[in-house]
Amino acid sequence: MSNHSEQSGPVGHVVPVSTYIIVFISLMAGTALTTGVAYIDLGRWNTVVALTIAVTKMVLVVLFFMHVKYATGLTRVVILAGFFWLGIMITLSCSDELTRTWEIVPQGWNMIVPLVSRLF
Amino acid sequence: MSELAHGAHPQGFAHQFEDVEQQRDAGRLGMWVFLVTEILFFGGMFASYTIYRALHYESFVTGSHLLKVRFGATNTYVLIGSSLTMALAIRAAQTGKKKGQIIFWLILTMILGAAFIGIKLHYEWFRDYQEGLIPGVQWFYNGPHAPGVKMFMCFYFFMTGLHAIHMVAGLGILTVLVIMTARNKFSPEYYAPLEISGLYWHFVDIVWIFLFALLYLIGGRYPGS
Repeated sequence: MSNHSEQSGPVGHVVPVSTYIIVFISLMAGTALTTGVAYIDLGRWNTVVALTIAVTKMVLVVLFFMHVKYATGLTRVVILAGFFWLGIMITLSCSDELTRTWEIVPQGWNMIVPLVSRLF
Repeated sequence: MSELAHGAHPQGFAHQFEDVEQQRDAGRLGMWVFLVTEILFFGGMFASYTIYRALHYESFVTGSHLLKVRFGATNTYVLIGSSLTMALAIRAAQTGKKKGQIIFWLILTMILGAAFIGIKLHYEWFRDYQEGLIPGVQWFYNGPHAPGVKMFMCFYFFMTGLHAIHMVAGLGILTVLVIMTARNKFSPEYYAPLEISGLYWHFVDIVWIFLFALLYLIGGRYPGS
């Protein structure tokens, strides 16, 4: 912990204004791009492109505006854990809701017995 | 309070920490833990949105086309601009600029934040009200997929509404920061409230980036989509 002050100095990491401007221009361009692409017919790929651009913009904000590029490993692990838990929430919710129609609806207890017996 | 007893320490230094850098890391980490709870708070809405969109795809695309993409995009530009000015306010404090410069960037951030809320209220929510697109308040929509479109608009108002509440809270925080800056509370050694509030402000910006993509764009805006 003691060598942090050597890396970033007593005032914390100062990001050059030019970096902020480049990130800002990239974010503006990303917004224009994602808006423009929505008017082009890509079928289901419209969703993928819109989300990819949104995630890219998020990463830029997090790394540079929120200084995570210069943060400690502990902070980064906490952030990644947050997104991992978000992933668990969305994935497990979807795996339940979106597969309900696939389920064999048990007609009675006699349906359960062959299902359970297959596990063993 | 503390400047009397701890004149030898840097401004704002709490003595349970080894040094200023450790204090700063602890503050950032604490704020990120809070932001993780915010990610999951908004995440509940994003998860339900994902599921209901998958179940009622056509309704959600139809609903999405009722939103005013021009103002959604404008607000995205405005909010990204406010993130830049917030970052520059913190940088001004880090580099020991005069307090007038810090206050200038903070006020500019507040103006852009207020502009966001103004555009949202005047050009979107108010017109949605006039067009009868607010479920439970004013609902005239009789087009295709009416029940599903109603559900989409519920998601739209709850998600953008929760985001707008965060924006208003952010404006309150920025007001406090302006007052603190004017009272010389910050220095290159101590600017934690600025940095921590900046994290919050950028987080709210990120939420909007996703709301814009998910609510306004994701079904495509091309003819026949």
